[in-house]
Amino acid sequence: MFDIPMQSLMAQLLVGLINGCFYAVLSMGLAIIFGLLNIINFAHGAQFMVAAFLAWIGFTQLPMLLGPEFKLNFWAMLVVAPLIVGALGVLLEKTLLKRLYHLDHLYGLLLTFGVALILEGVFRHFYGISGSSYDPPALLQGGVDLGFMFMPIYRGFVVVASLLICAVTWYLFEKTKLGALLRAGTENPKLLQAFGVNIPLMITLTYGFGVALAGIAGVLAAPIMQITPLMGANLLNIVFAVVVIGGLGSIMGAILTGLALGLLEGLTKVFYAEGSTVVVFVIMAVVLLMRPAGMFGKEK
Amino acid sequence: MLKNIPTPIRVLLALLIPAVLVPVFPELVYPVFIMKVLCYALFALAFNLLIGFTGLVSFGHAAFFGWSGYTTGILMIKLADHGFPVELAILAGMLVATAIGWLIGTLAIRRTGIYFSMITLALSQIAYFLAVQMPWTGGEDGMQGIPRGKLLGLVDLSVDNHMYYFTLAVFVAGFLAIHRIVHSPFGQSLKALRDNAPRAVSLGYDTDRCKLYAFMLSAAFTGLAGSMKALVLQLSALNDVMLSTSTETLLMTLLGGLGTSWGPVLGAALVVSLQNYLAELGGVVTIITGLTFVVCVSFFRRGMVGEWEAWLQRRRGQRAQAAKTHNATLKKPVTP
Repeated sequence: MFDIPMQSLMAQLLVGLINGCFYAVLSMGLAIIFGLLNIINFAHGAQFMVAAFLAWIGFTQLPMLLGPEFKLNFWAMLVVAPLIVGALGVLLEKTLLKRLYHLDHLYGLLLTFGVALILEGVFRHFYGISGSSYDPPALLQGGVDLGFMFMPIYRGFVVVASLLICAVTWYLFEKTKLGALLRAGTENPKLLQAFGVNIPLMITLTYGFGVALAGIAGVLAAPIMQITPLMGANLLNIVFAVVVIGGLGSIMGAILTGLALGLLEGLTKVFYAEGSTVVVFVIMAVVLLMRPAGMFGKEK
Repeated sequence: MLKNIPTPIRVLLALLIPAVLVPVFPELVYPVFIMKVLCYALFALAFNLLIGFTGLVSFGHAAFFGWSGYTTGILMIKLADHGFPVELAILAGMLVATAIGWLIGTLAIRRTGIYFSMITLALSQIAYFLAVQMPWTGGEDGMQGIPRGKLLGLVDLSVDNHMYYFTLAVFVAGFLAIHRIVHSPFGQSLKALRDNAPRAVSLGYDTDRCKLYAFMLSAAFTGLAGSMKALVLQLSALNDVMLSTSTETLLMTLLGGLGTSWGPVLGAALVVSLQNYLAELGGVVTIITGLTFVVCVSFFRRGMVGEWEAWLQRRRGQRAQAAKTHNATLKKPVTP
């Protein structure tokens, strides 16, 4: 096992770390939404995909349609795309999701699943299933030689940016007054409402925020992954396994499990490439046998 | 005498008459199409046993459907020439499905609700991965030209009409068996578990074991449907093991009515017909499927058969109410 060159080991670990960052951001968004809405957002992957497509559309399609002055570059899209998908999320919550809170959570799952199918179908209809690619912004092109490996700057940027997002979200939810209110809302919404907190608004904004997180991840992913209608669905399957392993309990749990599983997947790719697509699911089975509530979850 | 027969079985008897006539008029309905509907209807019925009567939402049923198809397929391809009976191939498919059901079930029932669904989804990814990797499944190409063999060594099933009656018989047997299970004491305990799990526990039911048995039974019937489908279409493909097959079945069940006897059959007929006629539209089918999900969940959660039954019940209630007030007004002058 020592005949594997350092270069390729490091390269795979970097890929793993980047995937881990996406897992972390996505499962964090799922955890936040689940906390207050008690709904597993099956549309999370599709919302991620829509943001990636928006980045690509803003950069390549809009200038073709409306003229070059409408070109939206990566930095603009990093703000605009999450706002758009977040706003769509708010609209979805206001019109459809809020009618389901009094029902079994199965219905929320089915509804968001339907929404995911619609989004995927729309993009498949207009852009087909073959992928498009998107160049990283000029500022982040090229790479640096770290001595033991060559690192593309953009990949380093994605890791730093994702960790920053995770840190900010963690701070927001665990250390601020707003976070305290949100956590109280997941414990006892009725009591909090009696204290004059506008719970329905809080729920709507939380959903929007969780979706916007998926949106940021989507824009960050656009220059790395092939942009296809199914990019989110493929990722979401793994994110669900991450959630089961980590156990939706805490934001920190989502971040740590996501990163760890990404790295593990990268390592598997080096030693047993065929196994890299299932290693996460196998780990999930093992964890379930030993700790049914997940690594960070609390037994209910 | 008819009054003693439960309504779903009366519907079954009524539908058998036109169903038996299908091969007589092949120009009206294509028998292979009806056979496909029957296979998916059986699949949806098996799925409903779990989601409708036990309240467990599985996203992993494609694993049972696909792997039973592969099992039956490989046995028939390799051994049919040596006189391997088709009944045993179907049975083997069911056994494999039940075994996978046991594996996925034991892991999944450790958690409830949404977690349960996510675990079945993730585990079925392993089943999909194996189907791609194993050399004998044919990978991306799947298995083609699966021979149908001879029923009891006598009836040649390669004739579409023979296969049709065989499929119809299997479907009827499957329907009756599932109906029987659901209305047995075991089925009642499943419903109790679905409606109020803590109470079922406090009444002394071993809920985990009930859930596992329900899961395995559902897997077994799904396996039967998968094996039959492999024989009917003589084809077992990667598509059968994919998540989309699980979700289509979920849609069939939801559209027809969760927890009803006939809902899944109606849902399956509708979805399979839609797919047959809209196949060339590509992305649009996904949009329609998604819209159906959203509309069903938002506006008619009981599904077609469920809404119909609810309407009947409401009307019966109104009539009873009307009769009561009528009787009351009649009686009034008598009492001083």
